[in-house]
Amino acid sequence: MAQLAHTSARADQGGGDEGGMGYLSNLPRRVVTIYLPLAIFCFVLLFPFYWMAITAVKPNDELTDYKNFSPFWVVQPTLDHIKYLLFETSYPGWLLNTIVISVAATVLSLLASIVAAYAIERLRFQGARGIGLTIFLAYLVPPSILFIPLAVMVFKLGLYDTRFALILTYPTFLIPFCTWLLMGYFRSIPYELEECALIDGASRWQILVKIILPLSVPGLISAGIFAFTLSWNEFIYALTFIQSSENKTVPVGVLTELVRSDVYEWGSLMAGALIGSLPVVILYSFFVEHYVSSMTGAVKE
Amino acid sequence: MAELTASQRHGASQPLLVRIQQSRGALGFLFMLPAAVLLLLFLAYPLGLGVWLGFTDEKIGRPGVFIGIENYAYLWSDSVFWLSVFNTLLYTVTASVLKFGLGLWLALILNERLPFKAFFRAIVLLPWVVPTVLSAIAFWWIYDAQFSILSWVLIKFGWIDSPINFLGDPTNARASVIAANVWRGIPFVAITLLAGLQTIPPSLYEAATLDGATAWQRFRFVTLPMLTPIIAIVMTFSVLFTFTDFQLIYVLTRGGPVNATHLMATLSFQRGISGGNLGEGAAIAVAMIPFLLAAILFSYFGLQRRRWQQGGAD
Repeated sequence: MAQLAHTSARADQGGGDEGGMGYLSNLPRRVVTIYLPLAIFCFVLLFPFYWMAITAVKPNDELTDYKNFSPFWVVQPTLDHIKYLLFETSYPGWLLNTIVISVAATVLSLLASIVAAYAIERLRFQGARGIGLTIFLAYLVPPSILFIPLAVMVFKLGLYDTRFALILTYPTFLIPFCTWLLMGYFRSIPYELEECALIDGASRWQILVKIILPLSVPGLISAGIFAFTLSWNEFIYALTFIQSSENKTVPVGVLTELVRSDVYEWGSLMAGALIGSLPVVILYSFFVEHYVSSMTGAVKE
Repeated sequence: MAELTASQRHGASQPLLVRIQQSRGALGFLFMLPAAVLLLLFLAYPLGLGVWLGFTDEKIGRPGVFIGIENYAYLWSDSVFWLSVFNTLLYTVTASVLKFGLGLWLALILNERLPFKAFFRAIVLLPWVVPTVLSAIAFWWIYDAQFSILSWVLIKFGWIDSPINFLGDPTNARASVIAANVWRGIPFVAITLLAGLQTIPPSLYEAATLDGATAWQRFRFVTLPMLTPIIAIVMTFSVLFTFTDFQLIYVLTRGGPVNATHLMATLSFQRGISGGNLGEGAAIAVAMIPFLLAAILFSYFGLQRRRWQQGGAD
């Protein structure tokens, strides 16, 4: 905090000088070239969320009456839309489905990725490099070209309209990502630690569980929350493989069940979108650094 | 080493489990097994199945027979398919260029010394974190034909007289979906490029300044060359995800008006799942593969040239 205050004080004086050339630009110039564009960027990037939130608590008569009420503010906030959503629709069920599916797919992918990444990175069996590259290429295969054949398979396997259809198909994009990320993490752990353990008579499995995993907890958190977010946000598989209302996930449910006729219930739609975004946003707010490192890590490797 | 001598001493008398533990190949196979099974079963096999389905007339509820290239021949003469190819290319190119330009700009701003930098970086990434479908629903409401907040503001300013029909007019609809896609894509580009910018040593800028380089020259001859490898990777990802985009279009327009915003992915869904013609839908999906391969190869070879230029090993 002290650091922050210190930095902002410096910036107010027209740019500091620590390690850079900030002293070369003066305050008015910085306002025009940096603060103003930054403010516009932030406004545009955040406005849809504000609009979502304000619509979710607006009573219906204010919602479409722009003459008597400013659309940017709400005079009499109401929780009706949220109440309707939670008690008169299947929304809580969708939330539960999404949580169960995301957690299961994430755990499954993490387990498979941990052993795979360890094998590729540390066992160095024949062809490990080739398999590592194949895994990276697998990450580039988009769900949009897989959903039709997968739908056929899911149907034949008798998984259609079940949670298992999603729990088993989400790992197709989670495993390549997690494996690639964890390979980078495992690579950063000194090989000497492993050699010591080998000399002490530890098996590979013991090394993985007792040495590598405790050291790569940050990597596991990054991979885990990122995988959870990806599963939470997934749409096309959930749209294709799930039919009945009670098995839907939040993104699919909000879109297909809350939009009924030509009369859109904007209030409850926005409330649904807002509440559906909250879990990942909360998770994100706790683990910002992990998100950033997993996003940039996957790209940098 | 200890392991090796131990196994030599005991030889074949050891139980199977121990022998597996000491063989790299067997252990590697065992460790790779869960990931390999899942990926082969639900990624590699469907990929092959998709190619096969493209050559059949499979429909929902009816197994198909091999019909050769009939699906492709039909698509070749289908103007809607070609329109979707055009739309997809337009969407991908326009959105990617905008995402790159704006993303790089935002990354450069965030790379300056700023108060509350971590906070800004955190909120900038938000659009990318929330589910696309849910933010797209917010855009749907923002683009509403009657109650659009954008129209309201523009009318208040007196710039327009009647609300803009954002999603009902072909040109407007294209611009609107591209804008929504750019909105969601900027954070990814900005944050990854920011990570790249932070690896550039400040001494390079100091040296360039001493040599009398202007701000533009510092950007053009220091920042850009140092950033090129990461730009290539980020933009490959960005192009791939934009090209195969489905969610945004499905929420905002479902391909309308008059197919003006149909992308190949949404057309594939419409024909394959909604229309029930799995074979034809699969053929459209397979038709995306050459474009994706071209994008990957382009960036791959672009990257290699860079490395060689910088004197690094390939």
